[in-house]
Amino acid sequence: MKLRRDPFQAIADPTRRAILVLLAAQTMSAGAIAEKFDVARPTISKHMQVLSECELIAAQQKGREIYYELKADKMKDIDTWLSQFRKIWEDRYNQLDELLSTIKKNDL
Amino acid sequence: MKSTMQFDFIADKKNNTLTVKREFDAGRQLVWDCHTKSELLDKWFAPKPLTTKTKSMDFSEGGHWHYAMIEPTGTEYWGLMSYQKIKPIERYEGLDAFSNEKGEINPDLPRAHWNVSFEDRGTRTLVHTIATYNSLDDLEKVIQMGMQEGLTSTMERLDDLLEALNK
Repeated sequence: MKLRRDPFQAIADPTRRAILVLLAAQTMSAGAIAEKFDVARPTISKHMQVLSECELIAAQQKGREIYYELKADKMKDIDTWLSQFRKIWEDRYNQLDELLSTIKKNDL
Repeated sequence: MKSTMQFDFIADKKNNTLTVKREFDAGRQLVWDCHTKSELLDKWFAPKPLTTKTKSMDFSEGGHWHYAMIEPTGTEYWGLMSYQKIKPIERYEGLDAFSNEKGEINPDLPRAHWNVSFEDRGTRTLVHTIATYNSLDDLEKVIQMGMQEGLTSTMERLDDLLEALNK
């Protein structure tokens, strides 16, 4: 199965949303972002990684620090809407899978 | 349970089509029945947490399926599928529309032509759906409506976020 990050899954998490809101105001270093949260730094790094993989944020090396910036255009991209539409079909067909297996069991 | 069945979802913005291909672990007759009998459609067509309710069904050429997708809050979205061509357990074509409870078609909302075919894949069945819209605008509109129907809570989260971003 192909593993592809879903931007909507990315923004479903409150910490990741808070990170995006922070970055909306300004470009920030990884360290400065981590300081804003009362959670372990590796946890924040993990969140940053998810956001990067969804291309909602972009990383830039400046000297010894990595700075992050928001890619707001990505969030409004029609393909983001499309991924939601795709999800409807996925959910719908997963329900059909369940129905088919129920019917097959009852026939035995 | 996560499905490991083939699933392709392709939006072609040049031809205004959506193509969805999905494999099911059941024979063709059963998969066909699930697409063409209202008592079965009612059990899967609307994605959770929505439910499906059929008002009337006449699965024949010239007939229609009049149904609603209902949100947990009770909000109903009515649809009407008019069947044009039917070749049992192989293929059907129809014209989809948004309607009201009386079955009157909403002319302001996009309609799509659906071509749904069923193929044997060993003991499995491949369902191939091509939905064709009149224009790219229509396609984009329906994508946005789809999200209203199915994913209100996710969208509320996105709305909040976009609002925060725009401040």
